[in-house]
Amino acid sequence: MLPKENRPIIQVQHFTAAYDGSVVIDDISFEIYRGEVFAILGGSGSGKSTLLKHMIGLYQPAAGHIVIGGKDIVTAEGEERTSILKSIGVTYQMGALFGSMTLLENVRLPLEEYTALPSDAMDLIARMKLKLVGLEPFLDYMPSELSGGMQKRAAIARAMALDPHILFLDEPSAGLDPITSAELDQLILDLARNLAITFVIVTHELSSIYSIADRVIMLDKGVKKIVATGRPQELREHATNPWVRKFLNPGVSAETAGKGAGGER
Amino acid sequence: MTPVAEAPINSLDARRSSDGGTLTLIMTGRWDSDTTGKWWQRGQQILTQGKPRRLVIDASEVSYCDGAGVAFLIDLQQLQIRIGGDATIQGLQEEFRRLLDIYGRISIEPPPGRRREPLSIIEQVGKGAVELWRDLKSLLTFVGELTVMLLRAARHPSFVRWQDAWLAAEQSGVNALPIIALIGVLLGLILAFQSAIPMRRFGADIFVADLLGIAMLREMGPLITAIILAGRSGSAFAAELGTMKVREEIDALRTMGLEPVRFLVLPRVIAAVAMIPVLTVFANLFGLMGGAIVMRSLGYPLVTYVNQVLSAVTVGDLMGGLLKSFVYGIVVAAVGCLRGLETRTGASAVGQSTTSAVVSGIVLIAIVDGLFAVVFYALGL
Repeated sequence: MLPKENRPIIQVQHFTAAYDGSVVIDDISFEIYRGEVFAILGGSGSGKSTLLKHMIGLYQPAAGHIVIGGKDIVTAEGEERTSILKSIGVTYQMGALFGSMTLLENVRLPLEEYTALPSDAMDLIARMKLKLVGLEPFLDYMPSELSGGMQKRAAIARAMALDPHILFLDEPSAGLDPITSAELDQLILDLARNLAITFVIVTHELSSIYSIADRVIMLDKGVKKIVATGRPQELREHATNPWVRKFLNPGVSAETAGKGAGGER
Repeated sequence: MTPVAEAPINSLDARRSSDGGTLTLIMTGRWDSDTTGKWWQRGQQILTQGKPRRLVIDASEVSYCDGAGVAFLIDLQQLQIRIGGDATIQGLQEEFRRLLDIYGRISIEPPPGRRREPLSIIEQVGKGAVELWRDLKSLLTFVGELTVMLLRAARHPSFVRWQDAWLAAEQSGVNALPIIALIGVLLGLILAFQSAIPMRRFGADIFVADLLGIAMLREMGPLITAIILAGRSGSAFAAELGTMKVREEIDALRTMGLEPVRFLVLPRVIAAVAMIPVLTVFANLFGLMGGAIVMRSLGYPLVTYVNQVLSAVTVGDLMGGLLKSFVYGIVVAAVGCLRGLETRTGASAVGQSTTSAVVSGIVLIAIVDGLFAVVFYALGL
């Protein structure tokens, strides 16, 4: 494991998110450090995906700031905003590969739009990224010809095209079988350890969390705040909040179940 | 990785050893996706022109290097191997060296991949013919299925989901009135104006009313209404059903033992068929109103125009036009739904179905119109 620097790469400060006036997340603050694999947990409807979408600048928060690499994505505009977006990579729940392009073209796209590299350089870099996720033999396949796990890995390759410092993954193992999911976890670990990429992962796959996450925060739908922060194993053993214990130890007690149920936003 | 602060300029210098066998490339500064591009071809050029036996890349002055910089190093190494020499990289900082090690396992040659040979003209014609044949077969099956459903609906009206039919009728009928009125008025106006100019030379401009009345009721009214229906509702049906197909809602209906044709197609076809004659009457009316504006501007009083129209057209003209519009309605709604149900997967599939629904709709309208012309002529109508 790489030594962690104490400087946070992402700072979320007094962040509040609201849809049509109704508050989803209420005044939360946390920090993510360079090289960390950081997981955002919570039941359905707790606002995990909402938080992620604010962190990558898709939505404007109702209040608060999100500072990435020293720049506030909430207020950044123009060049500054572009430079933040170039320093992050994002993969979405469904992969979101462009269906009309081959894998190579998908990975090449950010390079074509953001760099002045010659065409053969872009091809080489795109191949390197696909190789890294084990998909180089499939570079001229269309996304629809690939399995779900391969699409997820290809999405990671595309997100890494511009060598971002931070990768945001929204439910990376959703819909994958346990073996494929474990392979994806291993890939995330490799990338975090070897390339010192910071990962911010939204998930509710407990096996993934225990095997890859350095630190987690847990959001609760009821109080709309962070109800637990820390290392997943420690929280499992020592969390005081009953819902957190229930979430991290499924099947232990049925008394506190269902508190976080509801629709995903 | 991406530059956040202002990047120090990087540079690439070449030095040859005294015996000429060793070429040293000295890289300095920042090598990332923004700054590597300008040196890429220069580096390749130096190597291909110099063709050294030994290449030494001195990277000790490199302050930053990301995937793009590593790709440049790999590219130079690979090029040197292809030239037939050997390459070494010196002085690269430990963290960048690790990056190089990770990516350095890239093979020199790209994997073979699947070559997609372009089809020859004969293959394209054959493929097109097979697709046309399949298309006709599916059209025929669909028409059969729809006919059976319509007959059952006629015998048992409760078989139809009337709530859906009312909704579709509102969307494809009532909501289409403004555009039908606008196009109708404009069409009447243009038709009357264009015919008035030559007819006036013969003192026959009062017969513009005859021309307009017959043309609108028999031909233009039903035709323009059908084309608007194809563009507005045929496309909407295809997009709705196509999206349902992509989201596996149609499969869900099937596995619940419910026929998509009954659930989705029948209400829409009934709605379109019920609405299109009404819309056609509106189009006729607004077309004649457009003609009235022109005739007034030519100096004829309104009553003269109305009497002239009434003496020229018969109930047969109106009914003939409405019969046509009835058939257009079936064709447009059915082909819209069919294209929706045929939607494949992927983001572009719904777009393709929608386009195909409108194009097939308009082509079929033209064919049906031609058939009606022949039949009406043969019957002396």
